Amino acid sequence: MNRDLRNIIIEHNDAIIQNWSKEINKLKEQNYTSDISDELYEHNNQEFVNVIIHSIKGTGSTKLVKDFSDRIIQLGWPLSYITDGLLVFRRVATNIILKQVDHVDSNTANEVLRNIDSLVEPIIRQLVNEYSVSWEHVVSLQRIALQELSAPLIPVMDNITIMPLIGTIDTERAKFIMENLLDGVMRHNAEVVLIDITGVPVVDTMVAHHLFQATEAVRLLGAKCILVGIRPEIAQTIVNLGINFSNLPTKSTLKKGFMLALEITNKSIVEMNNKSQTLDELLGKSTGSEEDHENTDLKTT
Amino acid sequence: MNSLSYVSIMKEWDIVAARQMGRELSKQIGFGTVDQARITTAISELARNIYLYAGEGQICFEAIKTLDQKGILIIAKDNGPGIKDLSQVMEDGYSTSGGLGAGLPGVRRLMDEFDIETEVGKGTKISTKKWVR
Repeated sequence: MNRDLRNIIIEHNDAIIQNWSKEINKLKEQNYTSDISDELYEHNNQEFVNVIIHSIKGTGSTKLVKDFSDRIIQLGWPLSYITDGLLVFRRVATNIILKQVDHVDSNTANEVLRNIDSLVEPIIRQLVNEYSVSWEHVVSLQRIALQELSAPLIPVMDNITIMPLIGTIDTERAKFIMENLLDGVMRHNAEVVLIDITGVPVVDTMVAHHLFQATEAVRLLGAKCILVGIRPEIAQTIVNLGINFSNLPTKSTLKKGFMLALEITNKSIVEMNNKSQTLDELLGKSTGSEEDHENTDLKTT
Repeated sequence: MNSLSYVSIMKEWDIVAARQMGRELSKQIGFGTVDQARITTAISELARNIYLYAGEGQICFEAIKTLDQKGILIIAKDNGPGIKDLSQVMEDGYSTSGGLGAGLPGVRRLMDEFDIETEVGKGTKISTKKWVR
């Protein structure tokens, strides 16, 4: 029976493909895929039905299935496209087979259904499996990418390092921040670390708690933390929450924090203008007497 | 904007989802940036409590309206262990998890109205409102 069914499907695969395309196009109008161009949709349907037919013939390879599911993911199409497509295929194939059988009683119908299921189920399983594996792969890559971004440490000057934080801080990230911070303080021999929270959307008690812990650990290493980038609304929520930030120096902007860091490390930034001015002054003095001027000319040539 | 908008809290990242939804809704209702930050922070605290102490629960959002004012209602409910020492929990600096202990009293200060029902072994339900000024 199984063999026969398979043959019937293969014999009538044109009809099945046609009916299937019709049904799947009906689905297109009412759901997720409505904004996809007809051409692309058509093309993918063709490939999809090929994959199904090949699997039923037993000539399909796992590579074919994998390539197809990879493509669907790349296009960003939902999993339901695959499951819908296979369910429609099952319905269409059942209809066509039942038409081929002269005498339909509940027994044969049952058998046909069961056999169709046994043909289609492995494909569903394989495709869904491939899809979810590729999806998990994408997610894990993104997680790694995110992790690389999660706690960067930038040494801007001798003894001054900046850690700009952008985005949500969760427990895992807080751990990273702590590790990177301490590691960076040791490696760059930092005296002052500026933690910039301009890009942190919400500072709740947990975030504050982690920041406190990190800064305390930095303090134990002998360096100093300055928290910068506190937006006015964040300041208000911190006050409302009743979090005490008083033993942690804070500044509204990175610029102000950097000035404070310079002060702490006994450094200052001198504008180059000043230098050229003093040079001008020197030149100005020298232009006072003709002889000196000639001398400087000589020197420069 | 209906009473059906809610976020289930099961993983730590669900806290972010709840926050996002709350921020969106409060923006739609017409809260200013400071109040948006307050509401988002309050949601963050409530969701984190569910995640930390109850394991799972829900945060529900509702836009509310009276004759003369608009606001947001946030309900955090769980079937967790409940709170044994409610008066202590509402005090600043009390924490069983080594945190800052500013969570619930902080939420009360961030929002305008605050109501908590809890039963040991049954769960906790916190309803809190904020009005547009």
